[in-house]
Amino acid sequence: MREGWRRLLWPRLARALVSPPLTDAPPVPPEELVQALVARLEAAAQARLGRSLAIRQVDAGSCNGCELEMSAMQNVVYDLERFGLRFVASPRHADVLLVTGPLTRNMREALLRTAECTPEPRWVVAAGDCAVDGGIFKGSYAVEGGIEAALPVDLLIPGCPPTPAQLLEGMLALLEAQGGR
Amino acid sequence: MSEALLRLVRHGQEQGCRPHQRYLLDRGQWAALAAAIGEDEGVALLGLWADPAQVHAALLAEETIFTASCAVPEGRYAALSPVRPGAVRFERMIRDLWGHVAEGGLDQRPWLDHGRWPLTGPLSARPAPHSMLPPQPVFLPVEGEGIHQIPVGPVHAGVIEPGHFRFHVQGEAVVRLEARLGYVHKGHIGLMLGKPAQVAARLAARLSGDSTVAHGWAFAQAVEAALGLEPPPRALALRALMAELERLHNHLNDWGAICNDAGFAWLHARAGALREAVLRAAATAFGHRLMMDRVVPGGVTDDLMPAGSAAIGAALDAVEAELPRLGAVYGSHASLADRLVGTGVIAPSLVRLFAAGGVVGRASGRGFDVRHRPGYPPYVPSEPGMLEAGDVDARTRLRMTEMEGAIRLARGLIEALPPGELTLPLPQRGGEGLGMVEGFRGDCLHWVALDEAGLVRAVFPRDPSWLLWPLLEAAIEGNILADFPLINKSINASYSGVDL
Repeated sequence: MREGWRRLLWPRLARALVSPPLTDAPPVPPEELVQALVARLEAAAQARLGRSLAIRQVDAGSCNGCELEMSAMQNVVYDLERFGLRFVASPRHADVLLVTGPLTRNMREALLRTAECTPEPRWVVAAGDCAVDGGIFKGSYAVEGGIEAALPVDLLIPGCPPTPAQLLEGMLALLEAQGGR
Repeated sequence: MSEALLRLVRHGQEQGCRPHQRYLLDRGQWAALAAAIGEDEGVALLGLWADPAQVHAALLAEETIFTASCAVPEGRYAALSPVRPGAVRFERMIRDLWGHVAEGGLDQRPWLDHGRWPLTGPLSARPAPHSMLPPQPVFLPVEGEGIHQIPVGPVHAGVIEPGHFRFHVQGEAVVRLEARLGYVHKGHIGLMLGKPAQVAARLAARLSGDSTVAHGWAFAQAVEAALGLEPPPRALALRALMAELERLHNHLNDWGAICNDAGFAWLHARAGALREAVLRAAATAFGHRLMMDRVVPGGVTDDLMPAGSAAIGAALDAVEAELPRLGAVYGSHASLADRLVGTGVIAPSLVRLFAAGGVVGRASGRGFDVRHRPGYPPYVPSEPGMLEAGDVDARTRLRMTEMEGAIRLARGLIEALPPGELTLPLPQRGGEGLGMVEGFRGDCLHWVALDEAGLVRAVFPRDPSWLLWPLLEAAIEGNILADFPLINKSINASYSGVDL
């Protein structure tokens, strides 16, 4: 009877509650090792996070030419992700609003709402001749004539459409500016 | 049957549009035309537009393309939407831009006018100032148990054009999709009016950036027809070469993107690399990756650059070598077939009713290709490839077939490039013309009327997407919501092209 009682699990578990744990105490690291880790983490963060940009693209009336070239930046030849650049689905995840088109009146509110959802600090890039000043659509009743009419713009990338290489150049300039801040 | 309709139309007054005649009908004849279209399934409504005084309908009956017009003295005309539902969006657009009301039209809601322009009826004889707050859009109601709405857009998750999609969903299945477009309305037509043809051509080339060559060519064709001008053979061959490169790079793009949306990233990556090779060759040959503004009324701006034919040849070799391998991978993966086969089916009857062209039409058995019929130089008419299934898979496979065709054509054009002039000067006179060119989406139709000084008096650029967008709504019905991106991409209608 007494032997059977000993084979049960519960009493052992109950005893474990009041006895010391089997796990070793955590080692206390030497101070110089901690400092080295902090330095490495900082460098990695600077390289990986500081030098990375999440881009939310907004078409504010483009003919789709600029979008074609932006999509081309994502192909394996340009591979913009190797620079820490990537397109994101939500403005809430974005550092950069990459805006195209002459800013149609019908897109103004959608652009402003997208900008409101983009956390500060953020950059607004106007890409393509239309986004710069309305381009060929300047003077139409239906357009505002450039992104600047609704939002302060940090960088202009002209071209009709700008080539993927020109777009990448602009984005890299932003990255370097961000690294310097 | 179409004979009766053609006789009816020929009672109208000829307006001198070339090469396809335009007939001005009185109100009674227009109403009779509408009734006759209703009686004859074989008549395709290619487009419907207006100017301040008339409405115009471009029609295809048997082998004949013509335009029928009707004066709108009181701003009203008999609607065509009861007999051709594809007319709905045109009628809504006409009301927004010119203020003419389609009597008996199926849908009187605004389309392009979101209530945000400083004026209403911007292209009418007397635009009215507008300062009211924009109204809430109204969507078609859906009733039933457990139905909920999902609003998407205008800003989408990817790098694509803006538009709003209103889904009514029951569980996973889409009960109804309604697209609300017009967000990228730039006032294209208003900007083209009063401009010399050469200036308006730059706007035509930016109707939809991916089809810049096709639209540029169709507009140039319309202007040349209006002026009775035949561009030099070398210019025509170079236009066709650019148009086939455009078809190739866009089909590569769509083909890869469809595979990507089904989760097959490798095919997308390869198609993207090949497309980049084509675009770089285009830049080497024509000085612009998308070949924008190279086609002008009268001819082309530049000759093929010295390194051009070798660059294009190398790109075509690369694509041609890899396409069969990509096709084999596409065809041998059940996981891909599982997503694409039987998804987003568009019935042949719908494709005919809406006169859908391009890959969408041809994948559902409507074999319309402007290069073949009515045909235009330098193309030699040949029966286009066709499928009957009408699903995402059929549209994807047909793109592969058409890429092979584009490569063959481009090769032939380079090998037999005729010598001679690149462009003819435009005579300063009036006229009216209609141009049609087969772009990668389908038939691009441009109508233009020039005044005596050679300036654009009236114009309408009709992107093929007008005839495709309504079919997206039909294709998604009963499919699961998660298949929407696939179905949408397999149709790939242009937003900018229809938002004008």
